[in-house]
Amino acid sequence: MAESKKSKEPRGKVFINSELCKGCGFCIEFCPTNVLEFSNTFNSKGYHPPAAARPENCTGCDLCGIYCPDFAIFGILMKAVA
Amino acid sequence: MKADPKGVMTGAHFLDGDHACCEGALAAGCRFVAGYPITPSTEVVERIAARFPAVGGMFIQMEDEIASSIAIQGAVWAGAKAMTVTSGPGFSLMMEHIGLAAMLETPCVFVNVQRGGPSTGLPTLPGQADMMQARWGSHGDYEVIAFCPNSPQECFDLTIEAFNMAEIYRVPVMLMLDECVGHMTEKVVIPEADAIEIAERRFTGAKPGEYLPYETNGNWVPPMVKAGDGHYFHMTGLTHDERGYPVMNAEAQEKCVHRIVNKIRENADAIVRLREAEIEDADVVVVSYGITSRVALKAISMAQAEGIKVGHMRLVTAWPFPENRIRRLADQGKAFVMPELNYGQMYLELERVVQGRTRSLLVPHGGGTVHDPEVIYRKIKEAVQ
Amino acid sequence: MEPKNPVVDYLRMDRIPHIWCPGCGLGTVVNCFVRAIKTCDIPRDLISVVSGIGCTGRMAGYLKLDSFHTTHGRPIPFATGLKLANPKLKVIVCSGDGDLFSIGGNHFIHAARRNTDMTIICVNNFTYGMTGGQVTPTTPIEAIASTTPYGNTEEPFNLSHLAESAGAVYVARWTTFHVRQLIKSIKEAVQKSGFSFVEIISPCPTLYGRRNKLGDGLEMMRAFKEKSTVRNGADTREVGLDFKGGIVCGKFIDRERPTYLERYNERMTARLGASYKPYEGVL
Repeated sequence: MAESKKSKEPRGKVFINSELCKGCGFCIEFCPTNVLEFSNTFNSKGYHPPAAARPENCTGCDLCGIYCPDFAIFGILMKAVA
Repeated sequence: MKADPKGVMTGAHFLDGDHACCEGALAAGCRFVAGYPITPSTEVVERIAARFPAVGGMFIQMEDEIASSIAIQGAVWAGAKAMTVTSGPGFSLMMEHIGLAAMLETPCVFVNVQRGGPSTGLPTLPGQADMMQARWGSHGDYEVIAFCPNSPQECFDLTIEAFNMAEIYRVPVMLMLDECVGHMTEKVVIPEADAIEIAERRFTGAKPGEYLPYETNGNWVPPMVKAGDGHYFHMTGLTHDERGYPVMNAEAQEKCVHRIVNKIRENADAIVRLREAEIEDADVVVVSYGITSRVALKAISMAQAEGIKVGHMRLVTAWPFPENRIRRLADQGKAFVMPELNYGQMYLELERVVQGRTRSLLVPHGGGTVHDPEVIYRKIKEAVQ
Repeated sequence: MEPKNPVVDYLRMDRIPHIWCPGCGLGTVVNCFVRAIKTCDIPRDLISVVSGIGCTGRMAGYLKLDSFHTTHGRPIPFATGLKLANPKLKVIVCSGDGDLFSIGGNHFIHAARRNTDMTIICVNNFTYGMTGGQVTPTTPIEAIASTTPYGNTEEPFNLSHLAESAGAVYVARWTTFHVRQLIKSIKEAVQKSGFSFVEIISPCPTLYGRRNKLGDGLEMMRAFKEKSTVRNGADTREVGLDFKGGIVCGKFIDRERPTYLERYNERMTARLGASYKPYEGVL
């Protein structure tokens, strides 16, 4: 079951502007499908921005985008990207 | 532009200064007034409250003077011409928003019908002791314009002038009545609307997205916009750049302050209004304003009856102070006598300009009534000794 | 083409990054605010945002709308002038708990009493952030602030109850955790005719959370999630907040009262008759 889900095209995608991130972690914490993790890289202000560790889980709900206090991330439906 | 006839009560009327001020505001195109009751200024807003509905104006009695003094600025940024009206204690509460008006360059009018102070002082009796406060009351460096009518007729005329100056220079303009002038009833002639010259607000021609609120293009005064026109402009009381955005450094501060001060200082000669009589061959000039200028006339005629050459200079504008004119008269060796209903306020300006080159004498008065002309007369004699 | 963040068109991106600390909820509020007004059926040009002074006072300056950063405590009377001079404008005040309820408390109750048509969005972080974390009229008893180093002893305001008592027609409270409900509430409040009030409990990790050992912004957000209950229509007398206690959220009040201008025009027409042209603005 898990295999078949993974093989499906993800429904959404997150876009991250690492330079705007202040590393609060809201997006990671409140992502309902657990897409995001802190990355190991630093941005120029010294924060660890998030990265899509499990992009296949993204539903494009944009909750990360709504929570983000720094306008550094948003999610979008794949339909909309295409 | 000519006055809107709707607001102009053309004809000869018997009005007190407060009511004449109200009529002046109506003629000037003022359609928003926020105020809070305070003696001896309340008659202005009472008449406004009665007169406004018929001319499409909006009067609101706010919860205090602090609210009144910023509500008018909100109205101005929505496109209105606006004023507030108060007396000493209320004027004290308005100080922060006089600074805001100076900083945002909001054209608006503050009427202060002066009474005796400090504190609650003499609510029903005259004073002229808010003159320095009108100039320096808010924190920081800025300039204002202040008028001092000495009759109900001038309360009408100068209220129009105050609104015009506010638009031309984008400054808060003070109308410094005193209780006597505010409550004195005399004939006031209100001309036809097309004989009343009104300064229109200068709006930008820039398209939305191109307008920079404080871009002056070499002029002293930048054009305005109003809310709702799609410019998405920002106003802040913080030190700001051309975009109106806060900038926290000394360069931006210098640029900001330099212009809000010098747009008035550099235009002082065009702003200053004086009424002079028999100055040219005078040995002593009595400098006065408001109700005191009328008392001074009696003292002057007493001195003239003794052959003393006395001239009279009346400050129709107190701010900016007529430095150049006073300096010239001092250079000619004329002495000065200055009666005012305070313990020396505009007199400090006089002294600053005269710089001890000739004699300058204060005739102080604590307020509550006007000077005894005899006292002014004795100072005139002292000045020529 | 890279897709664009849906809120940036409504932000002054030339001023971003903003001044707010990592983990501060204000950015989330701005985010929700933009999403709310984007879905309102109000032309963007007619929206004006007015702020006072403080951390929340900076909100107006980041929004690409007609925006006014006024004086401390006075955004409501400024907004009153703006609205009454041009009633077509939709005027929204965004300011903090200290600005609106300490120095500006008098203006709040009078604008609510008059039912002036405006929306007040109060970001309540229980402290004066901009000046370093002093006690405010909403700081809970016991909480430490820089001016209550031994703990606050003053009873805080229950803002929802205050707003209802003073006459607000719409009263809601959410936290920055409740983003979807918050967006809906801001939209409802802005579209409501009359004096509407939305209180947003928001983390100030730097000056309130740290002093009170509440953790960073994320931990404070987790606490909002855990301690909050949604009780729409709750009696506002019962929604006061205490230190580390539960947070009742919801839409508490949604009622009808004539606005200031409706009453004004009705009265003038009744008194002055046909000669009175109902007031629609000075222009």
